[in-house]
Amino acid sequence: MSEPRHRLMGYVREEIMPHRFCSGCGCGTVLNAFTNAVEGIDLDPGRMVCVSGIGCSSWIPSPYFKSDTLHTTHGRPIAFATGVKMMRPDLTVVVIAGDGDVAGIGGNHLIHAARRNIDLSVFMVNNMIYGMTGGQVAPTTPAGVKTTTTPHRNVEPPFRVADLVVAAGAGYVARWTTYHAFPLMESMQNAMTRKGFSFIEIISQCPENYGRRIGLRRAIDFLKMFKEKAIRIEKTRDMSEEELKDRIIIGRLCDRDRPEFADEMHKLTAEQVAGLKASKEAAG
Amino acid sequence: MALDDNKRQYLSRLEGKTYFILGDEACAYGALFAGLDFFAGYPITPASEIAELIASELPKAGGISIQMEDELASMAAIVGASWTGARTMTATSGPGFSLMQENIGYAIMTESPCVVVDVQRSGPSTGQATKPAQGDVLQARWGTHGDHNIIALAPNSVQECFDLVLECFDLADIYRTPVILLMDGEVGHIRESVVMPQVSSIEHASRKIAARSAEVFGGEELVPGMIHYGQGQNVHVTGSTHLANGMRDVTTPHVHDVLIKRIYDKIDKNREKIVRVETDLDDKKKARVGVISYGASARPARGAVRAARAKGKSVDFLRLVTIWPFARTQVADFAKDLDIILVPEMNLGQLSREVERFVSGEVVSVPRIGGIPHTVDEIYDAVMEVVR
Amino acid sequence: MYTGLLERHRRGSKLIEITENLCKGCEICIEFCPLKVFEKSDKLNRKGYYLPIVTDEDLCVGCRLCELLCPEFAIVITNE
Repeated sequence: MSEPRHRLMGYVREEIMPHRFCSGCGCGTVLNAFTNAVEGIDLDPGRMVCVSGIGCSSWIPSPYFKSDTLHTTHGRPIAFATGVKMMRPDLTVVVIAGDGDVAGIGGNHLIHAARRNIDLSVFMVNNMIYGMTGGQVAPTTPAGVKTTTTPHRNVEPPFRVADLVVAAGAGYVARWTTYHAFPLMESMQNAMTRKGFSFIEIISQCPENYGRRIGLRRAIDFLKMFKEKAIRIEKTRDMSEEELKDRIIIGRLCDRDRPEFADEMHKLTAEQVAGLKASKEAAG
Repeated sequence: MALDDNKRQYLSRLEGKTYFILGDEACAYGALFAGLDFFAGYPITPASEIAELIASELPKAGGISIQMEDELASMAAIVGASWTGARTMTATSGPGFSLMQENIGYAIMTESPCVVVDVQRSGPSTGQATKPAQGDVLQARWGTHGDHNIIALAPNSVQECFDLVLECFDLADIYRTPVILLMDGEVGHIRESVVMPQVSSIEHASRKIAARSAEVFGGEELVPGMIHYGQGQNVHVTGSTHLANGMRDVTTPHVHDVLIKRIYDKIDKNREKIVRVETDLDDKKKARVGVISYGASARPARGAVRAARAKGKSVDFLRLVTIWPFARTQVADFAKDLDIILVPEMNLGQLSREVERFVSGEVVSVPRIGGIPHTVDEIYDAVMEVVR
Repeated sequence: MYTGLLERHRRGSKLIEITENLCKGCEICIEFCPLKVFEKSDKLNRKGYYLPIVTDEDLCVGCRLCELLCPEFAIVITNE
């Protein structure tokens, strides 16, 4: 019997599958949810540009997802994507990259893109570690964790990245985990269909370079932990910071309409072009 | 590349006119005549006037000008926009140019056409922010890591700021590479007359377009064609070592060898087409002393050569318009009968090292730092000290 | 939307197929199938991963959680 062909294989660069993610890596689930999301809303990959940085999750679009792809320098995918979006606002521009890339080295681009509310969908895969380089502490690593560069313990508090992006002014912000694959997929669809800066923080598992340092050797251990710790944002309204200390708040953090950057700039350009034309006509 | 109606409408007001403007402003106007579509920048002295004028004028020509959060982002944005088919540019000075180096390397590796203007100021670090220098000449060549080649031009007048930026855009498209306009704070901040050309007199080079996405990063030609985003071709652009189809292969020695040598060779083997110099040889053709200079330094250098000739001394002069690739054959030819070559530059002797590699005569650096250009007298004195 | 998807596949017979050579043996399907349709087998694939097997296909309601959670595109659920 020939092997079954997954219906989403047409959305990936099939010739290089299976992908190189480790067994149980959350990046595979994110790729799966992403292709499902694209298929579910009939988005034409030929009208998408996927931009990524450096790190494991940046491999989700580059090379796996089959569309125009820009695999950039570490930390800069949002800045590169800004250039693409400004000149081709008609294309769906998606950034998929990791927490080290988007919130560590590239944090400045993240907050400014959110402030501008540029129409990008940024899916940040947060595995709480620098996985590709071998398990160094990340700005998202919980305090107390031993990593290769915090061999005694991490004394820094982690970034709450989604909250930061809400504060910076993004149109749409959500947080999910790789256990919550269906709502994650739906959230990705929201992000890609609505205008403005959309940001999804995807809490993900790295069994190889993070899990083994915190006693979660298997992917299923992580997913059980995500399931257990996750709490819907709607249920947190009356909860204290102390009560929420170890919880993963999931759901939609904000969804608001604000002027979109590429739109506003193109409007401005159209005004200037029309103004020049009018002044020329007036001058005869 | 044909200019669209919006650009033509805008430029029709300017063509044929003479403006008395800053070098920075001339650079901005030159970019508009080149058909600039997208500009991203970050404020910095002495380059801010470029961003300011472009922010004012580019929207009138139908383009987009944005200010990014830093120079890394500016460089990134112009590369991203370049892959949509846009003519793109950023402008900065030393500190920003340092920040851009990684993404300039990315543009080299991904063969993304774009123009980077560096209005050099006195460094290192913040240095003398408002003062001119030519201290980034070697950084322009070697600033980003790894083996690579670069094209850089240096204007020595306000008119040339206009003319050379036009040329930069063409070179970027022809060779699919970032091209650097190495201005300096002196030419950027002096005011001179600029004659705007007739739009019909400008021939804009076009990018070659590839037939298949499998050949966007390789194939038979030294410069492969591009496929811009949004054509449904699944173009894969990466700064990692890649095959002709853009897919990563970061372990096979041969793949890296083929890619990097081609990216190097496309500039190296077209050196003679790219390089431009300006020579002013002594009529009597018996000079034993020559002066080589570039950018703002070339102005007092030329004055000194003329003054020496007025005193009956025979001195040859060569100005490098193209800094990189280095004009090695032109310099060797210029220097073949010279015993001494003086190289005045606004640094402690950067390009003079490059000159040394290609001449048999003695190379004497005439350095100048501190934020004030050479005077004619000081170069004249240096010439008179060695001339017979 | 995902509840709709569930509704769409609630009825009809299901075919669960596992692409053996894509599987990396992470056991997510085994652990998180709400109806415990999968079990770990002692069969190894080419890469040396223990494959899941379907114990009772009739248990499956076609919710596709396994298909979506699978990091490898290795599970295909077909609703007849």
